[in-house]
Amino acid sequence: MAKRPPHHDPFNVRTVVAIGIGTAIIFILKRWVSIPTGFPNTNIDTSYGVLGFLSVLYGPIAGFLIGLFGHALNDFTQYGTPWWTWVLTTGLIGGSIGLFWRWFDIESGRFGLKKIISFNLIQLLTNGIGWALLAPTLDILVYSEPANKVYVQGVISAISNTVSTGVIGTILLIAYAASRTQSGSLKREE
Amino acid sequence: MTPAIKFDHVTFQYDSQAEPTLYDINLTITPGEKLLIVGPSGSGKSTLGNLINGLIPHALRGQLTGRVTVAGQDVAASSLAALSRHVGTVLQDPDSQFVGLTTAEDIAFALENDAIAPARMRQQVAHWAATLNLSQQLELSPQALSGGQKQRTAMAGVLIDEGEILLFDEPLAALDPATGKRAIALIDALHRQFNMTVVIIEHRLEDVLTQPVDRVIVMDGGRIQADLTPEALLQSDWLRRVGLRAPLYLEALTAAGIERATITNIADAATVSAPQLKTRLTNWLGAQAPPVARATQAPLLTIQDLTFGYPRGRQLFAHFDLTINRGDMLALVGANGVGKSTLSQLITGFVAPKSGQLRFNGQDLAALSVKERADHIGYIMQDPNQMLSKLQLSDEVALGLTLRHADAATIQAKVAQALQICGLYPFRNWPISALSFGQKKRATIASILTLDPELLILDEPTAGQDWRHYTAMMRFLETLNQQHGITMLLITHDMHLMLEYATRTVVLGSQGLLLDAPPATVLSQPDIIAAASLAETSLYALAQRVGLDPQQFTAAVIANERQAAP
Amino acid sequence: MTEQLFGYDDQDTWLHHLGGATKLLAFLGLSLIAMASYDTRFIAAIVVLSLFLFKQAHIAWRQVRLVVKVIVTFSLLNLVTVYLFAPEYGVQLYGSRHLLFGQGYFTLTQEQLFYEANLALKYIVTVPLALIFLITTNPSEFAASLNKLHLSYRVSYAVALALRYIPDIQTAYHQISLAQQARGWELSAKAKLSARFKGALQILLPLIFSSLARIDTISQAMELRRFGRNPRRSWYRDHPFAKADWLTLGGVAVIIGIGLWLFHQNGGRFYNPF
Repeated sequence: MAKRPPHHDPFNVRTVVAIGIGTAIIFILKRWVSIPTGFPNTNIDTSYGVLGFLSVLYGPIAGFLIGLFGHALNDFTQYGTPWWTWVLTTGLIGGSIGLFWRWFDIESGRFGLKKIISFNLIQLLTNGIGWALLAPTLDILVYSEPANKVYVQGVISAISNTVSTGVIGTILLIAYAASRTQSGSLKREE
Repeated sequence: MTPAIKFDHVTFQYDSQAEPTLYDINLTITPGEKLLIVGPSGSGKSTLGNLINGLIPHALRGQLTGRVTVAGQDVAASSLAALSRHVGTVLQDPDSQFVGLTTAEDIAFALENDAIAPARMRQQVAHWAATLNLSQQLELSPQALSGGQKQRTAMAGVLIDEGEILLFDEPLAALDPATGKRAIALIDALHRQFNMTVVIIEHRLEDVLTQPVDRVIVMDGGRIQADLTPEALLQSDWLRRVGLRAPLYLEALTAAGIERATITNIADAATVSAPQLKTRLTNWLGAQAPPVARATQAPLLTIQDLTFGYPRGRQLFAHFDLTINRGDMLALVGANGVGKSTLSQLITGFVAPKSGQLRFNGQDLAALSVKERADHIGYIMQDPNQMLSKLQLSDEVALGLTLRHADAATIQAKVAQALQICGLYPFRNWPISALSFGQKKRATIASILTLDPELLILDEPTAGQDWRHYTAMMRFLETLNQQHGITMLLITHDMHLMLEYATRTVVLGSQGLLLDAPPATVLSQPDIIAAASLAETSLYALAQRVGLDPQQFTAAVIANERQAAP
Repeated sequence: MTEQLFGYDDQDTWLHHLGGATKLLAFLGLSLIAMASYDTRFIAAIVVLSLFLFKQAHIAWRQVRLVVKVIVTFSLLNLVTVYLFAPEYGVQLYGSRHLLFGQGYFTLTQEQLFYEANLALKYIVTVPLALIFLITTNPSEFAASLNKLHLSYRVSYAVALALRYIPDIQTAYHQISLAQQARGWELSAKAKLSARFKGALQILLPLIFSSLARIDTISQAMELRRFGRNPRRSWYRDHPFAKADWLTLGGVAVIIGIGLWLFHQNGGRFYNPF
């Protein structure tokens, strides 16, 4: 088997560092950077866009752990206790999007319409299943919260996190792919 | 004797590049040698270093032909781990190399990775911390350390492996002049004490040559252009040919018309001599026109009775006064942590003063928001990557106007104008990621120029750039200052910059303002130099030796040198 | 900054001397059993215990004032939401109905009050423990302790790196956001959603891309010092297990045992006084 390029090893030193720095970024974003939607108490959490981006870049292990640690650290320092069901869901979403990293092969610098649509279908599906189904169901099982409350919360989160991943994740991926292209193809225009 | 390092017909091309970065390198370094590799940006000198520590080909991929042997091992056939036991690398960016949560852990990092027992580890850490004068800092986090302390931690962290080769990649890049001088002295002490092979990669030749070096390699265009002793290098024409700055004291001798060939003891300002040195320098200085003092213009920014300190931090300013005049090109200098950046943040409104008044053009700044102040005062961060937020250059430059709802025609005209002033117009449709570091820096300036600022604040405008890029950047800023009438506040550690380009220097100390004077005056006052963590220039030493007025001599040499810059 | 963010305060109490691994296990164990159990008496007992420990750790009110306020607000909000969505949920859970007042949709029953009191207890039960953990655990030792719990050392070190670089990234974030404000970005409540996204991206792009460059440099620096070459690594801040650690873990095991025994006694997770 041909030797894989270093950025495709599943768990090399770069992945370890990416998990560390990625966790730090998610933590900072959850704390400081959310976008008010106009509905009371509903903010778009920008960290989900960045999580989707980092998962495509660094793969499923990194995606899962960045989501898990970033969310857990934030809950732990802000609310005194991690809300485990949601923490786990964030991790699973990062991990699921990350599963497709080899197919996206973003390092190649190609992120055209086909990949943009695929990325958004994948993120729509994972965010939808994660927030509208998995997280609230776990809340009912584990925390015995009323079903209608957690499902409404879940659906709102699903929508806002899908928007976050769709807008921010897609733009970051396009920008990153653009930064991979060589300057040889560019011409000066006087 | 087996060489410590041997390059045998080495050519290397990065996978991402169209051309090789190194061509047919042949180089032998003997054990115990102290070698300096100089060259402008893009000359391939860092790539050469990465072939010694094995980052190439083990972490950075590309086509390698020829053979690199380090400590008897073929680098390509060996591994990063095996090589790291022989070669200790101190990287340019101390914040990226410092991976531990505290100094002690960072020094221990390599031993942790070898699974050494904690008790032995603590013993070794204590030993190397004592050697590098870090014993008091062992429990501190990197955020609490100075640049010099972080670099010494990096040194301790590789010395702990007790390898025989030490490699420094631009060790002076992140340090102020005084700390840089100490770092070079420390490297020399380590070299002598442990008889190690030392390789230093740097473009700031004069600073490295403050301590003895056995041999200098001059790189340019991916090739070794010269391999000679420091004396032979300084006698030669190589520095001018590859665009590196010669030591200032030599510039002085050249200005006085002294032939290089007649100079003896050339490598040290304290011993350099030539026939009739004193007479010729004195005669030359006598013939120079006295510098024209610029007329002081009306005040632009007045700071009165300013008091500020961060919560839980030290008081940085107490009843501080300063007036910046229209047309000033003002250098703000001082040791790290003395409040240089804080002062610029008080001016831009990023932080609010505890008391005192800032007036701009007579208007009280307290009434203006960050955005409103930015209409008059532009702030350029040190790292352009932290400012650039668009994919395409012209969008980036247009951003400020777009956010201020200017009409499309105005935007187009102003963006084109700003891009032309900054020499970026041909690249207007390029993605920003395709620009070089210097171009990115100019892009950040262009994006501020569209707002027609009257005052520009620049944080280390030339950090990490070689002489050619440094000169281009500073000439550009000077044009903005002289032809477009933009007042400049330059926060810097670079004494050359201050001497050559500033019209006025303000030295900040822990007690507030230390000195407000023309640049050459600052460097002729040893107490100010020490307090501001600057370093004495070689011109000062030379002037004193031959009995000339250091201040007048410095000013004359700098004025002369500016005409000779590339 | 690390100290400010996570509040580690180097003092000399027995809680400070416990190993990070012990405290983490204790926290996880107690928070899991408190999450599963709906036995009011049991959770209330843990609350009392954790408040007692809190006292023991010599933590001053000003150190935790802010976080406590956030938690109280968040909990009240959640309790109100639960009531609005399901005012009769307690009735459903406990299988009886003692109406206090109200009619139609918004009624208040003893069962609902009791259920929400349980919820409130569950929201706050682990808070003192979390604060103790944050304030008495040296962040350096924390990563070592994760590895001690047989989490891969690579993952453990990733956590250490996160703690190491959070202050740096936070500083970068503040710098970037101020510089972008100066360029004219304002988070106005009136701005359209698309404008708000543009504003956020203006900060995110420089923040993320400068961090990606940093990931590459840091990983090279770590490889140059042999990270990841061996199947195991040692830790400078290693904390060998002492008697106090075993005693603490024993105590936590007993508490978890009681919690499980109560499940059996109550015939489920709920303690039903009605």
